[in-house]
Amino acid sequence: MTALTERITGLVGALRTHGVRIGTGETVDAARAVATLGLADRELLREGLAATLLHSTAQRAVFDPIFDLYFPHRTGGTNHDPADRELLRDRLAEALTADDRAQLARLAAEAVDGLGGYGSSPDSDGWSAYQTLERLRPQTLLARVRTDARSRDGSGATFTDRLLDDEIRHRIEAFRRMVGAEARRRVAERRGRDEIARRAIRPTADRVDFLSAGRDQLAELRRTVSPLARKLATRLAARRRRAARGTIDLRRTLRSSLSTGGVPMRPVLRRRRPVRPELVLLCDVSGSVSGFSDFTMLLVQALHDQFSKIRVFAFVNRLDEVTGLLDHGRADPEGLSARIRAEATLTGWHGSSDYGVALGEFTERYGAAVGPRSTVFVLGDARTNMSDPNLPAVRDLARRARRVYWLNPEPRDRWGTGDSAAPAYAELVEMHECRTARQLGALVARLLPV
Amino acid sequence: MFTSVDDVSARLAETGYLASPAVATTVFLAAQLGKPLLVEGPAGVGKTELAKAVAQVAEARLVRLQCYEGVDESRALYEWNHAKQLLRISAGRDESWDETRTDIFSEEFLLPRPLLTAIRGDAPTVLLIDETDKADVEMEGLLLEVLSDFQVTVPELGTVTATRRPFVVLTSNAGRELSEALRRRCLFLHIGFPEEELERRIVRLKVPELGEALTASVVRVIGALRAMDLRKVPSVAETVDWARTLLALGAGTLDETVVRDSLGVILKHQDDIQKAAAKLDLGDLGAL
Repeated sequence: MTALTERITGLVGALRTHGVRIGTGETVDAARAVATLGLADRELLREGLAATLLHSTAQRAVFDPIFDLYFPHRTGGTNHDPADRELLRDRLAEALTADDRAQLARLAAEAVDGLGGYGSSPDSDGWSAYQTLERLRPQTLLARVRTDARSRDGSGATFTDRLLDDEIRHRIEAFRRMVGAEARRRVAERRGRDEIARRAIRPTADRVDFLSAGRDQLAELRRTVSPLARKLATRLAARRRRAARGTIDLRRTLRSSLSTGGVPMRPVLRRRRPVRPELVLLCDVSGSVSGFSDFTMLLVQALHDQFSKIRVFAFVNRLDEVTGLLDHGRADPEGLSARIRAEATLTGWHGSSDYGVALGEFTERYGAAVGPRSTVFVLGDARTNMSDPNLPAVRDLARRARRVYWLNPEPRDRWGTGDSAAPAYAELVEMHECRTARQLGALVARLLPV
Repeated sequence: MFTSVDDVSARLAETGYLASPAVATTVFLAAQLGKPLLVEGPAGVGKTELAKAVAQVAEARLVRLQCYEGVDESRALYEWNHAKQLLRISAGRDESWDETRTDIFSEEFLLPRPLLTAIRGDAPTVLLIDETDKADVEMEGLLLEVLSDFQVTVPELGTVTATRRPFVVLTSNAGRELSEALRRRCLFLHIGFPEEELERRIVRLKVPELGEALTASVVRVIGALRAMDLRKVPSVAETVDWARTLLALGAGTLDETVVRDSLGVILKHQDDIQKAAAKLDLGDLGAL
């Protein structure tokens, strides 16, 4: 039992390093769950632990691979002869055609065993998912699986036939993930579970660093936008409601008390005139930070009806208004940044960002967009490519707007290194580090003037 | 309540609720550990149905608290029956005030609302707190007291403690982030869209007349729609609706025309319909 307890606490520890908050109470519940469910069925165990330890759906993406490390479905290698590549591909095609999950999992294990090992000594700890997939090339099986599936179903041209390609692609993707998990498990066996759990598991979408996120991670991030926006919107509405309750208006309270003989039966509250704030966004959309500004624009777009007026400006080294593009882009957030780059004039004679020129252009051409009721967000890494940062323009902006916030997707300790003008800007306006969706959500909720 | 996870699946299935292994496991654990169950997931995957099915299986009465913005203590917990209290006061004119006062704050004048109802009484109870995310944050504070100790304090009467713990199911569409404290008191279950095989079984159970082959096609198309990036992807409820529609239309097989004509049953936004039609290659939608 102690080994099992250790395993549970190890799992909890690994989850904690990935930002899942778990208290002692939950750990005890998890142990009780394990005791109740027994160890015979691994999938029941997985669900039981997930139910007791997790608190939200997003955490599941972190939980599953970690669970696979701490409760592997087998240990050591498979008992097969060194796999023949062609034979393996045949069997894989068969399993993909039948969509047989159990068989696919077995094949993933065999494939890693037979094709994924690297390093010269027999005891080397190298198992590579990448190498396995490189040698096995499951994606090239698509045409073959399609033919097999069609001939198996008999009929050729039914309607659902057109779904087949996508379905097969999803199955192959699932197989690739299985290979990844298997390779991780084998490496973990040699090198210690805790280390692999710490290093090799991807963080949940809202903790991915904007600047280093890959393409599919950005797509995943984008999917978190609308729930995040909804959450923020309800929070803002609640804040506004509370603020509207206001203080007692003494004069009107006494006036209304005349009807009750001067006894103030019901206090009259001072009504605050509901002012919807104006928001101005200045986004650096140059290649290096595009993931970040893209995401922020989507969030603001989703919060659209919270503001009386939003104006969004994008720049690289020239600046242009993109508010209209954003309005039209509601149905299609995917292509937004591409469209902005295509339709707005953002670059002059070179392609790297120039904050000085862009900010100057803003105060010159769109100065009227900023007034005492507007809150300005500047989004960018403040890397000026060695050109003049144009501090007077920012000072002017800060003077005219109600508030100016600068959100910087770079880690704080890199501000001021190289060509970063962040410290100089930070002296004039409030600058915040904003590297992940989680941080962005928290900042926006705190800073929005509602 | 249940003897094993398989027992949960089997008995839920008898009521017409086909549970995935995740659902069955979590329900079993919630019953064993005596903890409330927080169920999240998209609309229409059977969160509320789960509570009803559990109640039916356990032969328990189902007490339901529907949350909405502004639901408060008097709607959730208890209220005093003011009208009856007034009647009582005016009926007993020759009593002393002290007698009346102790009398009008007694059981007789108490109107128990769902939370108090679920805690009082000895009959087995399933308490369903539906759409918890719709309620205000203050409501969560109240739930915390109820869910951790299963007791409620009525100032005039004292503390009411459950003699028999209800099986509690909270549902949420994640419209608002529930507090960490509330989440910690619950087991967490996410009900997503079912696996293809399970969904086929669900459709077969609800619309048995549709036929095996057509059911399989329906589920495949729904699966493809869910993989698209739509504003509102179809959930299980829509799958079943669609199956019924096809049955009513007398469709023998799924073809372009049938799908194009009935897409409105599964998709609820015009731009979703257009996107899906384009991806499924349904040709011109001009007629719609």
